[in-house]
Amino acid sequence: MAVTPPERRIWWNEPIERVELVWIVIAFLWGLFMFVFMIAWHFIGQQNLSKEAYRIQPSAYEAKVDEFAKKNQVREEAGIPVVKAKPGGDVYLLGRLWQWWPILELEKGQSYRIHLSSIDWQHGFSLQPTNINIQVHPGLEHVISLTPTQSGEFGIVCNEFCGIGHHTMTGKIYVTEPKKAEAEQRLAEGDKR
Amino acid sequence: MTAETVIGAVPAKAEFRTCQYTGLKVDVAAQKLIIANAVAAVVFLAIGGLMGLLVALTRWPAVHLLPADWFYLILTGHGANVLLFWIIFFEIAVLYFASAVLLNSRLAAPKLGWLAFVLMIVGALATNVAVLQGDSSVMFTSYPPMKAQPHFYLGLILFAVGALIGCILFFATLVIAKEEGTYEGSIPLVTFGALTAAIIAIFTIASGAIILIPTWLWSLGFISDIDPLMYKVVWWGMGHSSQQINVSAHVSLWYLTAALLVGAKPLSEKVSRVAFFMYILFLQLASAHHLLAEPGMDASWKIVNTSYMMYLAVMGSMVHGLTVPGAIEAAQRRNGFNRGMFEWLRKAPWGHPAFSGMFLSLVFFGFIGGISGVVLGTEQLNVLMHNTIYVPGHFHGTVVAGTTLAFMGATYIVLPLIFQREIVWPKLAKIQPYVFGIGAAGISLFMMGAGTLGVARRHWDMTFSDASLGFAHSAGAFLMMGLNGVFAVLAAIGGIIFVLVVVGTALFGQKITSGHKLTFPLFSGGGAIASHYGSEKSPKLPGTIVLVSIFFVCFVLYYFINWKYLSELWLFR
Ligand code: HEM
Ligand SMILES: [Cu+2]
Ligand SMILES: [Cu+2]
Repeated sequence: MAVTPPERRIWWNEPIERVELVWIVIAFLWGLFMFVFMIAWHFIGQQNLSKEAYRIQPSAYEAKVDEFAKKNQVREEAGIPVVKAKPGGDVYLLGRLWQWWPILELEKGQSYRIHLSSIDWQHGFSLQPTNINIQVHPGLEHVISLTPTQSGEFGIVCNEFCGIGHHTMTGKIYVTEPKKAEAEQRLAEGDKR
Repeated sequence: MTAETVIGAVPAKAEFRTCQYTGLKVDVAAQKLIIANAVAAVVFLAIGGLMGLLVALTRWPAVHLLPADWFYLILTGHGANVLLFWIIFFEIAVLYFASAVLLNSRLAAPKLGWLAFVLMIVGALATNVAVLQGDSSVMFTSYPPMKAQPHFYLGLILFAVGALIGCILFFATLVIAKEEGTYEGSIPLVTFGALTAAIIAIFTIASGAIILIPTWLWSLGFISDIDPLMYKVVWWGMGHSSQQINVSAHVSLWYLTAALLVGAKPLSEKVSRVAFFMYILFLQLASAHHLLAEPGMDASWKIVNTSYMMYLAVMGSMVHGLTVPGAIEAAQRRNGFNRGMFEWLRKAPWGHPAFSGMFLSLVFFGFIGGISGVVLGTEQLNVLMHNTIYVPGHFHGTVVAGTTLAFMGATYIVLPLIFQREIVWPKLAKIQPYVFGIGAAGISLFMMGAGTLGVARRHWDMTFSDASLGFAHSAGAFLMMGLNGVFAVLAAIGGIIFVLVVVGTALFGQKITSGHKLTFPLFSGGGAIASHYGSEKSPKLPGTIVLVSIFFVCFVLYYFINWKYLSELWLFR
């Protein structure tokens, strides 16, 4: 059966089927569109991961976070300081085996410079249920300008495997309603009635 | 000088038999190596698949089978055994088949082939021993500074060296076949696809060596420090490109199966070959899409390396996504199934497990693995699912519902043709691709769903019961993980049937003698089509056009839905 003579055509000179050609063009244009859209999102979108990062000794980072927590602590929860940061200011969060430290309190609609780093292994910053997921490395301080758009209580889960306690590694962020806006909203509701 | 003197082996006198179904001349030494590698592959699939079931049952909240330390141990073993050992042993078998058998040639240096085999076995065993000893639960990605036992890395290195020798034998066999004139004109498309896979394999193994050897020395204490970010960049040079090997290999097998079962010829050799070639050209820095959520990576670096380098490879896959069903449609219409839009598809050999495996693999790979992969690999969208269980969801769509299912399908061709045994329990074999395929598609989709709801990957306890600060996932997330468990059981049943049929056939299958009629027959003349080149002549393909249109609409919709999700997140820059 395999003795049927090979078709001795030179394949690189054959014409291309029309269906194929159309599909190739569609696939190419779609790829091009997706490429352009990523660039466009840097201009039209509000969610782009910052590339601001610095090399830092884990111990130096730990000291910075400690100082930040001491200065801005407002209360304590489960033995962990709850730290309220100044709007627009720097906020430090530390990943270590196995907790996110400290607990943060932010205000809705305000922007913060969030610093993220680890002092031991890699961890995965996973803000829930919002679902923002960022890799955290030891020795690299990542700075992200973050603006919460919802208020309430949010969990931070670790989603990079970091040893046997990985599934116990959690943290918390509280987002409070801004005082002034709250008052305004109450007024607005009152008007309607 | 022959190819063999170059690689330092003595040319052997090969012994051939002629296949009664395809007319191909089969080198008996190649046949033995194909059998050995395929059997090893299936053994590691059995071990690794069982581990997958244990993992899924643990992640099923209502079952929560294993304790935490065992969960992480078994998960490490699962990744290594299925993604590396099952897939790569099978791929080596594919390489020997696509070179020696399809080209009617002898295999270069079979002795070296056995050396490669032994190295791979020893390596796989060493890594498994390290994992089972319990001190190496680092996941198969083994990101530093987490450290495994030295023999964990050494095993992987030995395995890679073996695989490298296998690739070299493939190249040498191509040269021998050319020198000895065992074929005319160009190599067939399936061999061309395998060639793509082998070329990418060389790049992959080099990246692997560059990163695993220093990591091994680090685990022995000779090197003090491995930079975690640098490790990831190089490691994914191996980790990602090896997925491109899988794609090239299983797409080749799609073409092979289509040729052998319905007599399908490529619509145009040129287009299909260029599509394969794109995998080589545009994959190198595709490791970038594993680094989208890392600190300090530049946006333009990410965009260039995920799109310019990746979307053209995606385009390669989209082209195959048209040309494979298109080739089948053209062939089926030629075979007389010409009525309406879809008679060609309805009357396809759905009862032949090689065909159903191949076609389900094509559909699932495109719709589930392919679309989710592009979304996951988009610079900004990645933040939505990085390291959530969406990621395993995506790659169970590519590498399980896609590659593994395609390999299973091809096995139903290899058993009668190379093992020369009639398939035992044909009724079970017939349903196997459906059971496994639906299970695998299910776990992919439900893991993707759970990941969209924020569930973490590689995570023992989604209730966080031992954490000092609790967090409660939504009821939907729990439901998704439960459904994942149910479909995992289905996939496991499909996997068990597969292993039983292969082992049963290898040991007790009726020996195929001259004149035997196969339970699952081939298309007469299919062998000639698979082992030669030549395009289809101006076919009409209305059915395929409908299929790819549906695909494209799904792709675009799902892409924009995810941008919508992203736009609802907190703002960050
Ligand atoms: C019975 C079939 C299978 C089932 C039920 C299954 C299930 C799972 C589950 C539930 C996970 C864990 C997700 C997590 O917690 O992060 C997982 C991980 C994984 N699976 Fe499978 N799987 C199966 C077959 C396969 C096959 C055939 C392959 C490869 C060809 C594969 C490759 C992987 C890989 C690479 C991982 C990631 C391991 C890691 O995170 O280190 N699986 N699988
Ligand atoms: Cu962690
Ligand atoms: Cu963790």
